Amino acid sequence: MNKLLLAFVFSLFALAFGGSAFAQAAASDAASAAAPAAAMAAASTPAASASGADASASAAAPAASTPVPNKGDVAWMIVATALVIMMSVPALALFYGGLVRSKNMLSVLMQVFVTFSMIVVLWCLYGYSLAFTEGNAFFGGFSRVFMKDMFDPLTGTMSMASTFSKGVVIPELLFMAFQATFAAITCCLIVGSFAERMKFSAVLVFMVLWFTFSYAPIAHMVWFWPGPDAYTSKAIVDATNAKAGLLWQWGALDFAGGTVVHINAAMAGLVGAFMVGKRLGYGREAFTPHSLTLTMVGAALLWVGWFGFNAGSALEAGNSAVLAFINTFSATAAAVLAWSIGESLMKGKASMLGAASGAVAGLVAITPACGNVGLLGALVIGFVAGFACLWGVNGLKKMLGADDSLDVFGVHGVGGIVGALLTGVFNSPGLGGPSFPDNWFTGELVKPENYSIASQVWAQGKAVLVTIVWSGLVSLVAYKLVDMTIGLRVSEEDEREGLDIAAHGETAYHN
Amino acid sequence: MKMVTAIVKPFKLDEVREALSAIGVQGVTVTEVKGFGRQKGHTELYRGAEYVVDFLPKVKVEAAVDDAIVDRVIEAIEAAARTGKIGDGKIFVSPLEQVVRIRTGETGKDAL
Repeated sequence: MNKLLLAFVFSLFALAFGGSAFAQAAASDAASAAAPAAAMAAASTPAASASGADASASAAAPAASTPVPNKGDVAWMIVATALVIMMSVPALALFYGGLVRSKNMLSVLMQVFVTFSMIVVLWCLYGYSLAFTEGNAFFGGFSRVFMKDMFDPLTGTMSMASTFSKGVVIPELLFMAFQATFAAITCCLIVGSFAERMKFSAVLVFMVLWFTFSYAPIAHMVWFWPGPDAYTSKAIVDATNAKAGLLWQWGALDFAGGTVVHINAAMAGLVGAFMVGKRLGYGREAFTPHSLTLTMVGAALLWVGWFGFNAGSALEAGNSAVLAFINTFSATAAAVLAWSIGESLMKGKASMLGAASGAVAGLVAITPACGNVGLLGALVIGFVAGFACLWGVNGLKKMLGADDSLDVFGVHGVGGIVGALLTGVFNSPGLGGPSFPDNWFTGELVKPENYSIASQVWAQGKAVLVTIVWSGLVSLVAYKLVDMTIGLRVSEEDEREGLDIAAHGETAYHN
Repeated sequence: MKMVTAIVKPFKLDEVREALSAIGVQGVTVTEVKGFGRQKGHTELYRGAEYVVDFLPKVKVEAAVDDAIVDRVIEAIEAAARTGKIGDGKIFVSPLEQVVRIRTGETGKDAL
């Protein structure tokens, strides 16, 4: 009862916080109305450009008319968003659920299901604003708190969010929904590290804290930029760049979330595994997965859903989305092969769990790279990730000594780091990569002869380090706060009985 | 009357049942069980974690029989369940004091 009350009080607090921010935002409206339109969030300026048909023409003719989204782009992004929802529930929930003992099956499903739902609500209330509106290099602002100004019911118009092409927009609410699924699944990923022993209320309160102080700022640092339409002349390029997030300014490439999603969540998981402690009987009792069938179903659904995640991150239905799509396809297949080969060589047998883990490793590693590397680069990344993550759940796991129940760090941490760094290698046009813009006004790309793999890998490395340190520190403080207030861990008795009965009062299977 | 309890390999169950029917045993009770004997278990590997599985699945067949046929029952099970490899199982025979057929109330040999 106590736990419930605390959780309730906490959500009230969250609402109140959102409410006051909303009030402030409304009060300062008059003041900010004078600010230039370009200062609006995510370059969603209603009067920025003309139709999306001709990028250069629309850039040259600002304030002509409201840009109209392409129906194909909108349709694709709705499908992509729904695919990412499928990645969390059911895919991730089943993938994780199959790996725990049957007495904890429902607890894992519930932790994923409720975390997902809670983060989506928080995202609508304040998360999106914190991540994707203009603020400083670390945090966004409050201009979109409570989805403010995104839909005008009187005229039926919506604010538009820019994509990666000049003059091409999608409704900002759709961009917000797409990004909501990212925030939510990232938080769900952490569940795997402390599965089978953490209090349900503690999980949720931790998620609120971590989401607010780690997910939102890292997403802002890596992904927030004013959008291509904001670069209206050569003279303002530097000033416009300065409005972007810190890691974006540093030149780190992260197409769909190697740092924001995977390294971020993996660090939170690893710190959690240390803070919550090992499961009772760890190393003595057999913690055999209760249904690798469900794990395989989950992994396979993840692969399908990931096409929404990665190809959807192009924000348009175009070549960039297709590049991300095929790379997500091939890298994952390569990683399944690599893991299976590695296991056969090391242990003599290739396992189903290994193949499923290989798929997830490949998906994770290609995430930052998918739209940023070439076709052969993707295959190499997948192959390397398969072997690297196999080491992550064997050698590295023993070195770290934490009971990371479902190997969140071994797969998502190692895979994320491999993917983030190799993105810097295979982005090079000399290695078949698409390169990245040299000139934000004209959209000109860095030429092969000017491309420095070393400096790009260094930019990627800095982004990885910032994410590791930031997420690690935020997690440490968040777990500590939860531990001091409601306690992280269930009682020994409850842990032995299983969280399904102890925390949720139900049983997954009846024989 | 005797209670014959046989622990056999699961895939031998049908042959054991047929052999028992052939010598006139009217009914048996079958339970899926786990246990260990001289047959070694196996190791299972889940990512980095290796577990030794000591308890192997077997089938327990219980038959209540008349003293007159108990030797033939034992021989039949032995012949049907044997593969010659370690892990074929065991047969336990114990005295049986009373048997009651619930439907009719018959007791002793008549209830077998």
